[in-house]
Amino acid sequence: MSVIVKKIAQLMSSLIFVYGIYIITHGHLTPGGGFAGGALVAGAFILLILANGSEYVRLKRQEEGSSLIESIAVLSALVLATVGLAAGSLVFFNNWLPGGIPGQLISAGTIPLYNIFIGMEVAAALITIFLALVIYKEEISK
Amino acid sequence: MTVFILCFALFLVGVHGVLTRRNLIKVVISLTIMEFSIFLMLALVGYVSMGEAPVLGSDLVVPQLVVDPLPQAMVLTAIVIALATNAMLLTIAVRLYKKYGTFDIRRINELKG
Amino acid sequence: MEVMLSVIIGSMIVAAIAAIHARDLLSAIIAQGFVGYGLVICFVMLRAPDLAIVQIVVETITLVIMVAVVLDSSRKELETVIDRRQVATTGMSLLFLVLLLFFFNRAIGSLARFGDHTLRMSEAYVTGAAEQTGSINLVTGVLWDFRGYDTLGEATVLFTAAIGVLTIIRLAGKK
Repeated sequence: MSVIVKKIAQLMSSLIFVYGIYIITHGHLTPGGGFAGGALVAGAFILLILANGSEYVRLKRQEEGSSLIESIAVLSALVLATVGLAAGSLVFFNNWLPGGIPGQLISAGTIPLYNIFIGMEVAAALITIFLALVIYKEEISK
Repeated sequence: MTVFILCFALFLVGVHGVLTRRNLIKVVISLTIMEFSIFLMLALVGYVSMGEAPVLGSDLVVPQLVVDPLPQAMVLTAIVIALATNAMLLTIAVRLYKKYGTFDIRRINELKG
Repeated sequence: MEVMLSVIIGSMIVAAIAAIHARDLLSAIIAQGFVGYGLVICFVMLRAPDLAIVQIVVETITLVIMVAVVLDSSRKELETVIDRRQVATTGMSLLFLVLLLFFFNRAIGSLARFGDHTLRMSEAYVTGAAEQTGSINLVTGVLWDFRGYDTLGEATVLFTAAIGVLTIIRLAGKK
């Protein structure tokens, strides 16, 4: 791609990334949440890879990192759900953190934490799938 | 009632594509269309006319008419899962193309090994 | 409202038929994108902003992945030959369509009219969710509190799909 496309993609992808983070963290206040925000974050990275080509980023190491993040995110959501068993009335998925005032950013107990973890999970899974396809294309064209 | 019938017609188009197409990519596209029609059906069933979106203000006042949040929560997860399964189907199609050099299901069936 | 929705869904059906019968796989994918973005407009009209946000992003990523796959391999649609198997599959599809139509005809009688949905089951979700969970977005409250098991299952499916893609597409084993 030409220099103009690369530069615009760099500028745009940072904006899309910040918007995705906003959607994730405000998931319990406004429309959105972990699934939508995670897909947006993945879209920012996919835009960067598409514009800059495969030599810009070292794909193999990125793929390992993204699949590691994916596993960690699923595991922490599971741990957070299991802690509810210990820290409350023996209910899986118990909302054990204090609720706070509804409508503020830090409220709703564990729901924002779940949103953050599922956002990480979705973003990492989509990036992993895309990187796997790109690496496959590099390997067969070699 | 027309919208339900049209939504079902969209599902039937997807079924027809899955059953009659020979190209693997076309089969994936038809499955995607079936998924879309199911999402649309659930969202249509949960709609309340003149209802508001299920997001309250910070004063926690529930409006008179609210759209049902339960089907929306189910569809929300289903959309992302549909993307992941689609990607997996596409990777299987890519590997089959690498091995047999064609997307034709019948040729793949005949060329064993 | 219902008329507008009918027009949009009708154009989605036309685009779906075009996607299934296109001669070029790239135009088939673009027609499928039309169906997906039409779905976004339907979600916005049905007061489901969460779904609209997710669908518009997911549709874009799907299109990118599909175009990458098609451009890597072949984009020509196979020519249709009318032989015994083609006739058999078409007949089977027609039979299946008639069967589905029969059951749909029986089922649609028990559906409420469009827009007359009574919140029988989700009454508690609407009235009590905001106080109980503290989340004023009711969809998120349902997703992560009342139906947390479902969502955890879906996250597991997503994880499994990513692992499956990695397993299928590796050419050589990891050194």
